[in-house]
Amino acid sequence: MWDRLRRGGLVPVLTLTAIILAMWYLACLPMNRDLPQLARVEGLANRYEVAWGLERPVLPAPHQIIGELYASTIGTRLLRESADGLVLNPRNLLTHAWVTISATLAGFVIGVLLGIALAVAIVHVNALRRSLMPWIVASQSIPILAIAPIIIVALGSVGIVGLLPKAVISAYLSFFPVTIGMVKGLTSPDAMLLDLMRTYNASRTQTFAKLRWPAAVPLLFASLKVSISISLVGAIVGELPTGAQAGIGARLLSGSYYGQTVQIWSALVMVALLAALLVALITLAEKLTLKAMGARP
Amino acid sequence: MSVIASSPTERKATLSLTGSLAAGVGFAILALMLAHRGASTPIVITLALAAWAIAWFANVIWSRAEGLPPVLTRLAPAAVPLLFGLTLVFLWEVICVGLKVPTVLLPAPSLIMARLFASLPVLGADFAQTFVRAAVPGWLIGSAAGFLVALACDRSDFLRRGLIPIGNFISALPIIGIAPILVMWFGFDWQSKAAMVVVMTFFPMLVNAVAGLAAAGRLERDLMYSYGASWLQTLLALRLPAAMPFLFNALKINASLALIGAIVAEFFGTPTLGMGFRISTEVGRMSLDMVWATIVIAAIAGSACFGALVLLEKRVTFWHPSNRS
Repeated sequence: MWDRLRRGGLVPVLTLTAIILAMWYLACLPMNRDLPQLARVEGLANRYEVAWGLERPVLPAPHQIIGELYASTIGTRLLRESADGLVLNPRNLLTHAWVTISATLAGFVIGVLLGIALAVAIVHVNALRRSLMPWIVASQSIPILAIAPIIIVALGSVGIVGLLPKAVISAYLSFFPVTIGMVKGLTSPDAMLLDLMRTYNASRTQTFAKLRWPAAVPLLFASLKVSISISLVGAIVGELPTGAQAGIGARLLSGSYYGQTVQIWSALVMVALLAALLVALITLAEKLTLKAMGARP
Repeated sequence: MSVIASSPTERKATLSLTGSLAAGVGFAILALMLAHRGASTPIVITLALAAWAIAWFANVIWSRAEGLPPVLTRLAPAAVPLLFGLTLVFLWEVICVGLKVPTVLLPAPSLIMARLFASLPVLGADFAQTFVRAAVPGWLIGSAAGFLVALACDRSDFLRRGLIPIGNFISALPIIGIAPILVMWFGFDWQSKAAMVVVMTFFPMLVNAVAGLAAAGRLERDLMYSYGASWLQTLLALRLPAAMPFLFNALKINASLALIGAIVAEFFGTPTLGMGFRISTEVGRMSLDMVWATIVIAAIAGSACFGALVLLEKRVTFWHPSNRS
């Protein structure tokens, strides 16, 4: 048991995490030393006690972040009464998380469907492959996120606001990995397998359904994991330029305006949890799908 | 014609290709002229669609490359995407001018290019602030730090098993979110943006370099061992060259991450210049042509770096199967 733990990654990961946390706690005093609250405090122990409980620290202590996270999720009412009945309480961090995650998921679904459709077209139309693929590869080198404000403003000028512009940014970001991965996956069956399909007199549709698609599924899931996290980034950045009222990005922006560092950090931890949850869900779907398709571990 | 085409079939294929290209360009010029003169929309759109269809036909001929003379066939990998891109820019221009699309929604390419050349000094200063001062140093420091930590991981197995899962986990997180904190710590100027780029580029390099350092084969390592080579000698002569494809992969990923990091970090506060600052203020003023001009600069800088890295990679990893033909 102990031997397995030592050979696995758990002990090193936990050790390093503990070291990082310890260094974090130690760094709280040097990082915050210029704050007025610490000016007249003497003695190292006293100084650390104050440094770990500051209201607007330069670097908050981990327990402060967890405390804020607890207070702004479980410690605050999720729903509140308003003129239109019960609505989500904007003081609760989960409200903002939901705003961001709904845009992320909407954009992710659009982007993935678009990416798959494009990959299928590219694989089957030769002229399209030669015209489009270099541009898709080149577009990877362009800072796509910089376009986010344009999309928000352009769609806003024709009256589309709220979830959809953010979803468009997420979709735009998430379709590239899917297209690249799917083109690779759909063209991965080698000449021998394609010849076999030809000897069976299989039509293009049959070759696609029975050979190309199953061959592409593992690569599809690898792309989906990249897509979902980049989609989350897109939704958050989409909330920045217009100073959106709700969402994790808006929370980050208002935190940075008012110097509420603990609020920024707790929003960041929330984002990390969301990203981990989304990737874990896709990994689970991957395992189930591959098992159903008869893959052996 | 007879210079490049030697047989009747080649002559015929060349004729249909050049003919369709000429017709496509002719229709395109006609559509653009009529659109800018303010001709009625249906005529312009019909001409534009005709030009598009003919250009697509030329693209199909060229990409199929049946019966084409060798010169044209060799040009195809570059010419086909170029033709496709030019067609898209042409359609963008014609639709914007012909349908009188409001500039707020989508400015025409001609407008963007005019704006770009008219405000070159401003855009140049922005470029120096964001690209030269923030993105490039951040990219170098972040990649170097990632590589050095990967070397440390290589010496200590415990460090590797602890750090790689953490690195993989952090790579999946939206790291860009720490931008407001870095702006608070390092101030409004380029230092905070460079720090953002360092953090963003560190983990891709770490994960790739660790994988790359493990890429050298068992057999080759045993050979080095039998030579009595030290760790450093093995590293320099065998494992570093074997890791190069992985390192270049990380450098290419980091090149686009660096620009994104530097630009987005500027959304959280800058002195009054920088590409991210330009984008966010000009969006606020609804002058989208300036925003697009900034994006054109960013795109050119990004693809130039990417292209330079690809060329360098070909020189360095000439032995790799993907570069040997």
